[in-house]
Amino acid sequence: MNGPRRSRTARGGLRAGLLLLSALMALLLALPALSGALGLANPALAGEASSAASEVVGNASAATATPAPGAPKTTLADYPRIRGVNSRVLVWLVAQLHLWFAAFVLAVPIFVFIIEAIGMKTRDKRYDEMAYEFIKVSITAYSLTAILGGLLLFSLLVFYPQLTAYLTRVFKESMFYYALLFFIESAALYLYYYGWHWLQGPFAKWVHLTIGLVLNAAGTTLMFLANAWVTFMMSPAGVDSAGAYLGDPWAAIHNYLWNPINLHRFIANIAYGGSIVGAYAAFRFLTATRAEDKAHYDWMGYTANFIAIAALLPLPFAGYYLAAEIYAYSQQMGITLMGGIFAWLFIIQAVLIGTLFLSANYYLWCGMGRSEGAARYNRFIKYIVIVLVGAFLVWFTPHTLVLTNEELKALGGPYHTYLGPLGIMPAKNTAVNIMILFTALSFLIYRRANRVPTVSWAARGNAIQVALYGAGILNIFFLGIYHGYFTNTVYKVASSIPQVMTTLIVIAASLVIDAFIYRRAREIAPLRWGRIPDRAQYALFLLAIAFTWLMGLMGYIRSGIRQHWHVVGIMRDNSADAITPTLGFAANVVSAGTILFMALVIFVFWLSELGARKVQPAGYWQE
Amino acid sequence: MMGRLLSRIPALLRAALVVVGIYLAATAIFSGLLGQPIPASLMTMYMFFVIVGVFMAFTFTEEGARAMAAPIRALVENPALRPVRNIVFLLVPLAAGAFTYTKMLPSLEAPVELRTIHPAPPSTFKAYGKRYDLLTLENPFRKYEKEDPERFRALVAEGGKIYIRNCQFCHGDKLNGRGPFAPALNPVPLNFQDVGTIAQLQESYLFWRIATGGPGLPEEAAPWISSMPVWQNFLKEDEIWKVILFLYDYTGHRPRAWEK
Ligand code: HEC
Ligand code: HEM
Repeated sequence: MNGPRRSRTARGGLRAGLLLLSALMALLLALPALSGALGLANPALAGEASSAASEVVGNASAATATPAPGAPKTTLADYPRIRGVNSRVLVWLVAQLHLWFAAFVLAVPIFVFIIEAIGMKTRDKRYDEMAYEFIKVSITAYSLTAILGGLLLFSLLVFYPQLTAYLTRVFKESMFYYALLFFIESAALYLYYYGWHWLQGPFAKWVHLTIGLVLNAAGTTLMFLANAWVTFMMSPAGVDSAGAYLGDPWAAIHNYLWNPINLHRFIANIAYGGSIVGAYAAFRFLTATRAEDKAHYDWMGYTANFIAIAALLPLPFAGYYLAAEIYAYSQQMGITLMGGIFAWLFIIQAVLIGTLFLSANYYLWCGMGRSEGAARYNRFIKYIVIVLVGAFLVWFTPHTLVLTNEELKALGGPYHTYLGPLGIMPAKNTAVNIMILFTALSFLIYRRANRVPTVSWAARGNAIQVALYGAGILNIFFLGIYHGYFTNTVYKVASSIPQVMTTLIVIAASLVIDAFIYRRAREIAPLRWGRIPDRAQYALFLLAIAFTWLMGLMGYIRSGIRQHWHVVGIMRDNSADAITPTLGFAANVVSAGTILFMALVIFVFWLSELGARKVQPAGYWQE
Repeated sequence: MMGRLLSRIPALLRAALVVVGIYLAATAIFSGLLGQPIPASLMTMYMFFVIVGVFMAFTFTEEGARAMAAPIRALVENPALRPVRNIVFLLVPLAAGAFTYTKMLPSLEAPVELRTIHPAPPSTFKAYGKRYDLLTLENPFRKYEKEDPERFRALVAEGGKIYIRNCQFCHGDKLNGRGPFAPALNPVPLNFQDVGTIAQLQESYLFWRIATGGPGLPEEAAPWISSMPVWQNFLKEDEIWKVILFLYDYTGHRPRAWEK
């Protein structure tokens, strides 16, 4: 694995230059964070950096208590309309489409970076090629993201000018840096992509990886900034009760719900990116005709599914953390979210999440067919199915039931005596922990499919793993039932943390033990990439579609719980559309968005293979 | 023995038997044994995912998938099965038609109402001629639980008396929502013993609901036909706080609270 020696000296200077460039970018990146930190320590100083004049105004107003301009009070006339355009639905769809693409293009570089690093460590070129193919898919999506972002900005300016002006006033610093960062991100992305085959070799590979790091740092910072604007609208900070900006940019950014959303989105985006790339691999697998292409795309699909599952596992916890923080911030928003009208949508959410788990698992089981050695484990799968489906049924059982009048009478109330207790958090937490444990188990079994251990203590090691799982499950049930139903609410929430810890410890410990048991294991049958049924590919499609729909739905819920507020408690929405639409209408908009997005994604997939197609028109060009 | 017998049944039939078996068992247990039937909306969801699960368990291997598909494939491809095929091809659209017909047929059953049982509270509300801020509102007597347990017991006992005099007709003397008036009411009075009512709520929420009753329900809680009286017209402010103490004390639930 020697680098291309010939060009070593010739390119030395270039490489050094590149290195410098990346260092520069890293510095630029640090700037907004730095200025934010400065702002925190000394607001006057931050003001100085941006504009001395505004600082004087700010100080003067503080000293003489001249009322600073608060949030605008709008009337119907402040919301321009264009005939034939429903402004709310338009902004909704454009924002959602932008978010879908953004989530995808932010996530792909994260795991491309990891896969590239794995390739560098193992010196297995296939990783490098796969990483390149992943980034290739996202590069076309990148310009679509930017176009949709522009469209979103214009739609906001046209249809919600007052709100946009207000947010711009509060977030002038972060919006400015956002635009700058966008340059850095684009530059890094294009360097990373177009420089892929150029920057090969022992030193150049490190430079390339560094560019990947810059790309990811810029992308993630971008998302965090945009998240701040969104969460500000839910949990405003850094402004007074009338909405007047107090001058500390960091306070406005670091509002109450910022970090919970940052965390949930960051993890969800990775899982989402994995699922979309998985769909791409499935698409290519199904259309491939050559055996080696099938093998390649099978491997790609497997890796993508692995990424999706790995990020899926911690998501429920991040989700509950987010919901708990929303509740803690405002009882009103919390109840609207989980107990009020939006609770009905959470049943759909639960169904979609279960679908994700089931299809990801099904894909793994189908993949066991790649090796003859897996037949030994086939008989265990049905028990995993029973546990997964059982846990899933608990996971989506609602507390408040949809009842006909007959049923209402038969039950004697809106709650079911035996199923009702399954509708509250402790039961859900228990169920989801079990689902996660058994998904990890599917993965453990998959890993063993084609190998037999050679270490002498394999049987004992196995017994330890079984005991670990048994103890873990018991503990999760104990915590869920005891703390959930026999202690007060504070402990109910607190008990979910030891449950999560149990799950994580059991999974981590089993994986470590497994790694040791299967060190120098004997391979009894080769893993034949490409030998996987088409059914499994459809499971990958389902994964991507369910993810997309779920994201659209949750995005709507997150935004919808603000109800008639642009900025909760500070700026009222007085437009004609300041209503909560019916559940059916909202679901239809989300579905329409999903279909639109999928159509665009198929277009992107198609484009990404278009470059390889060549036609030689006979007699068109002069010979 | 049993296993041998089972494996001789064709896979598709076995799968169908599993699904039907689960359905019958669930119905027998919940409707028969426990007397609390599973509502149709939920049962449909359960069965859908049971079918998905069975499908997954039967088809994740190539042989399994082939065995499942074999009877269907034979039906379509095997010339000997032609009469059966014709019958099936006739029955399937007929069944679909019948299903659609029965679904579309108007019935006397009132449409299902998605009533929001716990609507989001307003951030402030008016009662007793004052404005209350729900974000900061607290039960003024809660502190005595630690500071002066004796006084607290006395307050709970007073709350109990208020409850028996005013509330048990609907909410029941065991606080389970089965008071003598309850069978006549829709929506039914809530069951405070349930883990999903007061156990999930803060005391300020209860105060708001009790003081303003059914008429105080926000827009979201359509169709606003709750019979819950407006207690600010009948009880004093501290009487409401006392009855809230009693509700939690009797049921053993704790009001929802968040650690700082
Ligand atoms: C005429 C019957 C009736 C009486 C008497 C009555 N309630 Fe109710 N109550 C209801 C009904 C019906 C509901 C459920 C519908 C609703 O939410 O408004 C309800 C709901 C409630 C709720 C809301 C519980 C929740 O989980 O949201 C509380 C709290 C409550 N009642 C307390 C009381 C108290 C305390 C008294 C006595 C001072 C009382 N009720 C007397 C009929 C009654
Ligand atoms: C069970 C507990 C969960 C709760 C309460 C929850 C809640 C939420 C909420 C409120 C949002 C909106 C955030 C926003 O738009 O910014 C959201 C977004 C999202 N959730 Fe969850 N979630 C949970 C679990 C999950 C799980 C298990 C998954 C994935 C399998 C998931 C996937 C997503 C995705 C993809 C988004 C969109 C993220 C984005 O906007 O970038 N959630 N979730």
